[in-house]
Amino acid sequence: MANLALRSLTKSYGSTEVLHGISLDVADGEFVVFVGPSGCGKSTTLRMIAGLEETTSGIIEIGGREVNNLEPKERDIAMVFQNYAIYPHMSVKKNIAFGLRSSNMPKPDKEKRIREVAGILDMVDLLDRKPSQLSGGQRQRVAIGRAMVRDPAVFLFDEPLSNLDAQLRTQMRLEIKKLHQRVGNTIIFVTHDQVEAMTMADRIVIMKDGHIQQVGTPDEVFHSPANTFVARFIGAPSMNLLDGHLDGASVTLAGGQEVTVPALRGGGIRKVQLGVRPDDLHPGSANPIITGKVTLREPLGAETLIYVDTPSGEIIAKADGRTPPQVGETVELGADPENLHVFDVASGAALS
Amino acid sequence: MTDIAPSADTLLIAKPAPRSRNLGQIIRWLLLFIGGVAMVMPIAYMISTSLKWPHEVYNVNLIPKEPTIENYTYVLEDGRFYWWFVNSIIIATITTICNLLFDSLVGYTLCKFRFPGRQIVFIAILSTLMIPTEMLVIPWYLMSQSFGWLDSYWGIMFPGLMTAFGTFLMKQFFESVPDDFIEAARIDGLNELQIWWTVAMPLVKPALAALAIFVFLGNWTAFLWPLIVTNSVDMYTIPVGLSGFGDEADVAWELIMTGAAISTIPTLIVFLIFQRFIIRGVVMAGLKG
Ligand SMILES: Nc1ncnc2c1ncn2[C@@H]1O[C@H](COP(=O)(O)OP(=O)(O)OP(=O)(O)O)[C@@H](O)[C@H]1O
Ligand SMILES: [Mg+2]
Repeated sequence: MANLALRSLTKSYGSTEVLHGISLDVADGEFVVFVGPSGCGKSTTLRMIAGLEETTSGIIEIGGREVNNLEPKERDIAMVFQNYAIYPHMSVKKNIAFGLRSSNMPKPDKEKRIREVAGILDMVDLLDRKPSQLSGGQRQRVAIGRAMVRDPAVFLFDEPLSNLDAQLRTQMRLEIKKLHQRVGNTIIFVTHDQVEAMTMADRIVIMKDGHIQQVGTPDEVFHSPANTFVARFIGAPSMNLLDGHLDGASVTLAGGQEVTVPALRGGGIRKVQLGVRPDDLHPGSANPIITGKVTLREPLGAETLIYVDTPSGEIIAKADGRTPPQVGETVELGADPENLHVFDVASGAALS
Repeated sequence: MTDIAPSADTLLIAKPAPRSRNLGQIIRWLLLFIGGVAMVMPIAYMISTSLKWPHEVYNVNLIPKEPTIENYTYVLEDGRFYWWFVNSIIIATITTICNLLFDSLVGYTLCKFRFPGRQIVFIAILSTLMIPTEMLVIPWYLMSQSFGWLDSYWGIMFPGLMTAFGTFLMKQFFESVPDDFIEAARIDGLNELQIWWTVAMPLVKPALAALAIFVFLGNWTAFLWPLIVTNSVDMYTIPVGLSGFGDEADVAWELIMTGAAISTIPTLIVFLIFQRFIIRGVVMAGLKG
């Protein structure tokens, strides 16, 4: 087990730079999730940590040791791939044993270790099967087993769940998290699914276009997004962003409503966006912000999502599931002041 | 397996148009029958001729009037045929193994590694496909002469130890091996040669089997180059040796056909062995998807 550090990591393909200075410290045993839209550089970063991709500049340290010039096998890492990368021509056991090929462990110990891992992953009965005789979830577990068997300092996962159906994904998510609590190795997990990130991570790294947007616990990135990108990316449905002007401590929206926002950093007069999550925005709140006409309802059972046409555009709010407003009804939406976010339009950065 | 679908739609469509369907069926069977006969006839005549006495050879009857196995005893007891058979086996086997190794090594490298000049190397290899053997035998001969390779196994084998076709075939098949497999093995600490051998090669077994059949048959039946490069009767391969059976005045067809019949046995064995891999490979690929 070991900590991991990335220092001003960049990566260029030819003359195009795709990663622009990634710096990050990961503590020993931490579960860190990289999340971001397609093409933002998550896989590239992970592959550089693994040693499958050269670093253009910057330093990678694993366990305090610079590994830039080490081969993948010398870095004490293991990686689980999106397509499992388990070999169809080998049995489950051989596949798991593959992770130990280059170790000089005596044979009986290897055997014991394989059994142990199969036990943890609950697949002792499957050891003699071929991958073609396994379900998707079981194949993924074999891939995890092959990574685990060496007890590496750092586990790297590149979207390991995206080939599974929704139900299995939820189940594997839980299993990986339990596994982490049990074995305690450092994990770097890449996904483009913010729910996966929120549910599994100790800390989330949100990336966009080769830049880190924010690093924080799930709580931090959800409740204090650093900018509009993070605000919209985390949480579903996405945060509503309403255009307005900041003047001192209050924001004036397009429709003329004035909203007071507590704890603003850097006042002055400027264009801003007022952010409020649909979960926090309700009809008939004590602190009304905006009025509009309901255009669509989406019942979710306990609650109903309502789409409301307002002077600031269409926004989404959450209403009670039993007595939601009718389509066509005019509603007054409001939110508690501490759930309001203000972002600078020019930079996108949070001001609250 | 495949006739499940036609029979199912026979149930639905057969009633309105049974006549035209039957006619189509008959034509199809007829074509297949003609094709089958065309394939089988030469083999039937080969076997039939090998069982005839010399005076009956020029009769077209398929069943010999007085069948004999005299030709077989003659050919098998003739020391020359024995040596040609051994030569052919050695040459075809070594060439096949070399092709499997070298073609797949080069194909793998061209497919999975990015290096400067990769495209050029690939195109250079492919372009050799355009040059017919007939154009190459003279340079090969001159080369063999200068190196002293005439009339030796090496001389017969060297032009075919690696083929552009095989390299191309293997490169295309290695495309189907996911890069993830290779990278996973790299992380697990295998070196590149081990990855090629333990991960990539087993996954392209069907292609290797097909290549093995092609190369073996190609070398087993090769005539022009072995004829040119060999001088002594002991170095002949079967096709070269058989062509000279009999004396100047009279070609001994019954002996040639006997030798040919015997020499089909190894090719049948090779085909039966490797064909199984091809079928199994197809099944495996089907399960993967
Ligand atoms: N071999 C390559 N050559 C050139 N550009 C590349 C190469 N590999 C990746 N890129 C570029 O690098 C950027 C980051 O790619 P990367 O695969 O890391 O994205 P990602 O965040 O993993 O996306 P996804 O969620 O789709 O997997 C992309 O813009 C991609 O086009
Ligand atoms: Mg990716």
